[in-house]
Amino acid sequence: MDLSAVFNFQQLVNGLQLGAIYALIALGYTMVYGIIRLINFAHGDFYMIGAYSVYFFGIYFLTAHTGINPILVFIMAIIISMAAGALIAVLANQIAYKPLRYRPRLSALITAVGVSMFLEYFFSSLPFIGPSYLAFPNDAIIPRTEYLLGGVHLNNYQIIDLGVAILLMGFLTWFVRGTMTGKAMRAVSLDKDASKLMGIDIEKIIMITFLIGGAFAGVAGLLAGITYPRINPYMGILPGLKAFVAAVLGGIGIIPGAMLGAFLLGIAEVFATSFNSLLGEGIAFAILILVLIFRPQGLLGEKTAEKV
Amino acid sequence: MREKVKFLSGLISVLAIVALIAGCAGPSSTPSASSPTASTSASPSASPTQAKEIVIGVVAPLTGEAATFGKSTQQGAQLAADEWNAKGGLLGAKIRLVVSDDKGDPTEAAAAFTREIEQDKVVAIVGTVMSKCSLAGAPICQAHKIPMISPTSTNPKVTEVGDYIFRACFIDPFQGTVGAKFAYDNLGVRKAACIFDVGNDYTKGLSEYFRDKFKELGGEIVGFEAHPTGTTDFNAQLTKIISAGPELIYISDYYNDAGLIMKQARALGFKGYFLGGDGWDSPDLVKIGGDAVEGGFFTNHFSKDDPRPEVQNLVKAYTAKFGEPPDALAALAYDAANLMFDAIQRAGSTDGTAIRDALKTTNFKAVSGQITFDQNRNPVKAAVIIEMKNGQQVYKATVQP
Repeated sequence: MDLSAVFNFQQLVNGLQLGAIYALIALGYTMVYGIIRLINFAHGDFYMIGAYSVYFFGIYFLTAHTGINPILVFIMAIIISMAAGALIAVLANQIAYKPLRYRPRLSALITAVGVSMFLEYFFSSLPFIGPSYLAFPNDAIIPRTEYLLGGVHLNNYQIIDLGVAILLMGFLTWFVRGTMTGKAMRAVSLDKDASKLMGIDIEKIIMITFLIGGAFAGVAGLLAGITYPRINPYMGILPGLKAFVAAVLGGIGIIPGAMLGAFLLGIAEVFATSFNSLLGEGIAFAILILVLIFRPQGLLGEKTAEKV
Repeated sequence: MREKVKFLSGLISVLAIVALIAGCAGPSSTPSASSPTASTSASPSASPTQAKEIVIGVVAPLTGEAATFGKSTQQGAQLAADEWNAKGGLLGAKIRLVVSDDKGDPTEAAAAFTREIEQDKVVAIVGTVMSKCSLAGAPICQAHKIPMISPTSTNPKVTEVGDYIFRACFIDPFQGTVGAKFAYDNLGVRKAACIFDVGNDYTKGLSEYFRDKFKELGGEIVGFEAHPTGTTDFNAQLTKIISAGPELIYISDYYNDAGLIMKQARALGFKGYFLGGDGWDSPDLVKIGGDAVEGGFFTNHFSKDDPRPEVQNLVKAYTAKFGEPPDALAALAYDAANLMFDAIQRAGSTDGTAIRDALKTTNFKAVSGQITFDQNRNPVKAAVIIEMKNGQQVYKATVQP
């Protein structure tokens, strides 16, 4: 077997591209977990909703209003996807998760699975969405340009994906560490009851957490739609699971960890796939098992002793 | 609590009544489904003085999810029968079609086949469209020694039911064979690669047959890469394939995967040909694949733009009769009916076994190509190659196997 077809710069770029998409989802995933200790399985579906919101924006608004500045179009698309993701995340929190706040953690987890399935099947039952694939109007939102750099093929979508992922990670790190709301978030994540006693409106903080997490998922959906221009209501399931694996790999709840985990996972998956095309899909979950056995706290996580 | 019990008992009694009505309606709806067929001509017993007729059954999904398929099938078979009758009929008798609706449901299909054979006394059956329905009907035909030709059921198991069961369409993997021939002979390609969905027998079969035939012709397969169902990122496989330098990539995936694959392959700098199967036949191929689809080829059963006289005569006659051009289903039903009539003519009898033996030695110039049957009663015939030009499907060539 010729290994130069497996380990080369093009495959590394392919891996970074895949990793960037995972990172975009994993950031919101890990933040929500970090604050309220809920593995929000519906996160991948918020991502799907972000993609659909821009799909409708593209096919109804952009086809009727041509000639808008392309940068303005992209900014509008980002705002729409973030708003759609945030709205659905806040609704899910208020309707499904809030009543279970002081119930056993398992109840919220099962509810998250329920919310996820509800969104998938509800959207696929809507006549204007349907269960089949729709073509995402990517060129209408950002025209694609390709570059050839020393034999490696690149395109602007990959650069945007990577740029947005890094930008969002920076923003999130600053927000959680540098603002009062972020401080309150960390306090809630440490001890809900004590936070309440200190005068923190914990429901408001949790809502903000979902708002940001949902907005991140929405913009991830937009970028995935642009990069892989084909969407359906189940598009969030597999990337959502892999982003979860990425978050665990980096240390769940740790923001830079999600980023690191996502890129490692993306690159590992691409190399494994090009080595043997059936190996790739399994590699994510093999990594999950290995991490849980040997380093359950994740790569960047610190070992914490449970207090008795 | 009392309210609840009342409500529940009310609900149960309503349900019971509904079930009763449904139970009564069930059997009574069966004769009503066959009544339109009886009204197409007087029943045989009532008109002993009428000229001799040969009764042929047609089963198709006239209602339900595949209703448009059923309509095309019925019209294609009807046109074939009308043409034979205009030329003086079959063995000196008029052909009479008995058309039944299988609703796209195997249970309904079994009932329709049984009814046509036992009540309408058909000598042969043309039908049905969906493989699952043909699989329900085929054992009934086999048991009654009634020859059956399915126009469009592609599942290989259909004709494996028994030696009275034939089909007019080629089975899926056969497209891979024709694709390989087109790539090697018409495009002059010597190095090719395949990519396919490992979770789908259709795409896997196509790629395997393509590989085998292409190698047999003397070509080289430089990449044979699978992907799991639902993949959106094919870059890893494509980078590997492209680095081996193929002149053509065979993409047996359905249109939505195929569109993405072509787009990603072009982005990775692939300059060669793309070739696929009839899974590409959707307007969404261009929506997803965009410019990358341009110049791609795929194999299909039939193209109404095919210049052969058989095709153009059908297009003219069908459009005149039904006001719309024939689709692949109509063309295949037309072929299936003609194959059956031709076999009855050559058999010189309406005996099932005689018709079967005649069908086996078929060599008929049909719309979808010169047809003979192989030992599994699958047709050996040409496929058409469609090229994507300016986002439209354009007839390119007809390729013999």
